[in-house]
Order: sequence, then C-alpha cells, then structure tokens
Amino acid sequence: MVWTKEQMADEIVGMLTDGCSLNLGIGMPTLIAERLPAERQVFIHSENGVLGVEGRPTRETISPTLINAGKESISVRSGVSYFDSATSFGIIRGGHIDFCVLGGMQVDVRGSLANWMIPGKKVTGMGGAMDLVHGAKRVIVMLTHFAKDGSGKLMARCTWPLTGVGVVHTVITELGIFSPTGTAFRVDKLADGVSADDLWLPAELLC
Amino acid sequence: MAAATKVYPDATAALFDMVDGVSLMSGGFGLCGIPENSIAEIARRGVKNLHAISNNIGNSGRGLAVLLKNRQISEATCSYVGGNPDLEEQMLANEVKVNLVPQGTFAERMRAAGMGIRAFYTPTGYGTPIAEGKETREFDKPCVLEYPLRADFAIIKAQRGDTYGNLWFKETARNFSPLQAMAAGVTIAEVEELVELGEIRGEDVHLPGIFVQRIYQGANYQNTIEIPIYAGE
Repeated sequence: MVWTKEQMADEIVGMLTDGCSLNLGIGMPTLIAERLPAERQVFIHSENGVLGVEGRPTRETISPTLINAGKESISVRSGVSYFDSATSFGIIRGGHIDFCVLGGMQVDVRGSLANWMIPGKKVTGMGGAMDLVHGAKRVIVMLTHFAKDGSGKLMARCTWPLTGVGVVHTVITELGIFSPTGTAFRVDKLADGVSADDLWLPAELLC
Repeated sequence: MAAATKVYPDATAALFDMVDGVSLMSGGFGLCGIPENSIAEIARRGVKNLHAISNNIGNSGRGLAVLLKNRQISEATCSYVGGNPDLEEQMLANEVKVNLVPQGTFAERMRAAGMGIRAFYTPTGYGTPIAEGKETREFDKPCVLEYPLRADFAIIKAQRGDTYGNLWFKETARNFSPLQAMAAGVTIAEVEELVELGEIRGEDVHLPGIFVQRIYQGANYQNTIEIPIYAGE
C-alpha cells in the first residue's frame, strides 16, 4: 500500500527531533504542522516572518495578518515571534533552521532539486526555496513519486532549471524514503508492500 | 522639501509626485500587509511604465495586480509569480519584463541598499539560472555576488504609526516593508491608526521614523485573507 499524504507527513514527523526548528514549504509540507503533536515542542518557521506556527485558526481566532508562506491562515503557539523578511532569511541562510521540508518537481541522485519552473510551460518563481536549500541543516523534499504524465520525479539528472545543486538530504514519496548519495538513491524505507520494482528506477540508480 | 511635518491628509496628497516611469517598492506578502490606499491612488492617477518591486506583485486580481490589469506596470521584480495569473500571462506575452529574485536575496538586497552595504556574497542560487552572468567566489561553499536594490519610492502599510513615522506592524504583516522603507528614496507609509508621538513606546518601534518620509492614515481596509483554512473543517 502506498502512503497517503498524512502517512508521508507522519513519516517526516518521526524524523524530527524534539524542540527543533522546522520550515515548511508551500503545498503538501504544510500538512506536517497539523500532524505534529504539541508535546514535541517544535518551533515552525514560515519565511514570511513567523517562528511558532501551530496549525489552523478557528472562525473566532482567524486573523488577516496570521498567514504562512502559502498565504493560508494559521494559528500560532505560545512563544511565537514575528520579524521582517531579512531577519527571516537570515534565520534560514544563517543555518539556524534544523529541518526544512519542500515540495519538488524533480530531484536527482546528486541531491539537486528543480521546483520553480518548467521551461516554456510554467513559471511559479522560486520564492524562498533557493535560500532554504542552502540554509537548513537538513533538507527534506516531499513529492509524489510520478508526474501526471507517468514519468518519475526521481532521476539521474534534473532536466529543468535547478533550485540548488547537491542540497537535498532526504526524499520522501508515497512509495518510500530515499537519500541521494551522489550517484544513486539509497532506499531508507519502503511503504508496506512496495518493492524496488515499483519505484521505476534503473537498478544503477538504486543502492 | 519645505513641509515641516511628515503627516499628509490622505493618499492623494501623499503621492502627489508619483509620475510615469518611477521604480516603486510595495510592501506585503501576497495580500498580507499591502498598502491598499496607496495602490488605489496609483490606479486612480493612472501613472504608467512603473517598475514594481514587490514579492508577489499582487495576487488573484488584487493588490498590485490591479495595476497590472490597468497596464500600468512595465517591469516587475519579485520572487514568486504563482497565484498571480495577471503577471504570469503578461510575462509569457512579454508585456511585462519580470526579474525573478530568490526571496532571501530580494530581502537582503533591499536591506543592503538601506544599510550602506555595497555588495554581498550568498550561496543562494549558485548553479542555477539565477547565477548566470554573475560573479561567483568560493568560500566554505561557492557563492554568488549580489548588489543592492533601490527604488524611487516605497509604499508600505503598518497597523500603527506616529507623526514622526515610527511604525508598529501587526503579526506577519511586517515582511518586506521595513527593508523597502530603508531602500527607497521616498517612503510613504499608510497606517490604520495614526497616533501622537509617545503613543508607541520606543521599545516597540519596529521601523524607526527616520526611514519614513510621509505618513497618512488610510481608510476602508479590506485586509483580505487569501486562503482561509479553519481547524477541523
């Protein structure tokens, strides 16, 4: 059985250390904020200028000035702080974030990531991703294993414009958890019932 | 300027010298903390050929996207185009020149402009299209040389400001605004509450008034929440 998005989020929650700082990218990674038990004492950073994101607000507590980098409404925990964008990226670039979880379109065996444009088709912009991949101590990419056209997103070399070169430590898809080694993906864990054949990766790209 | 006070009655008065072709920084992350009254005034004045410098250049037809729809913006410097179909469309049609800058580099380039830093090296963007044509240098890791980013004007919004221009921002609405205020020649702040000197404690000032040239109390704030999501719903 492949993992659901919630199970993927729970796998990442299992990797986090208590009391760590964590940045969550736009999209699937924001689910982690909702899956994280309060007793873990994790401080979630969002690059628009907040450290201490908790989950979602109620209809009573929602505030137009409480959003995450995906522009979604958030709630905050006690001990929260707010700051300008230069400080926010200083926190990132300065190496003060323990874990960062980003979405991705392609990731390769070198740990390079492409997630901000498809030439001739789509440009979203890099937002804070290029800074995050260089700043966080541990960079986790959370993505679906296959693109809509059926092609694999884990590959020998990214073909689309890069977000960063050799920056990704861990990749999680609905099929498993992988670590780019430079020449291949090390399989750290597979979802129950998933085999190496299901990954659709050439044997030389697996170890 | 002869005016002894920084306080202006409204957006029309405060933006009196906003003309065609100026570069214009605008605060806000998405629609959070955007200078709504100043943007509406620029739309009303109809000035054209603007170079807008803002993280998102509006979103979903709102904020600076209003000026995009009016064809008032000819160049945009930003980090993110997603969620802004007006910008994506005009960019792909080559109607607006778009300079994409990684968000941390974007913030730091404005900070550098305001703080007197002539250039800086950052690992951000190394090995990507962003580094093409730029000087690079190897430190503990390879880095890209980046330069300050300035503008003629900055329009920003804060929750509270005093008559000297000291500002206090609410929650995440601060984002790029203090950096833009530092980097622009003329900074025009609009506030929800304009208060007398002393009503914002010195310790609570987020942006010292020395960075603000004009201030006015805005009106009719929408304060849109782009993507409201509620717990348990």
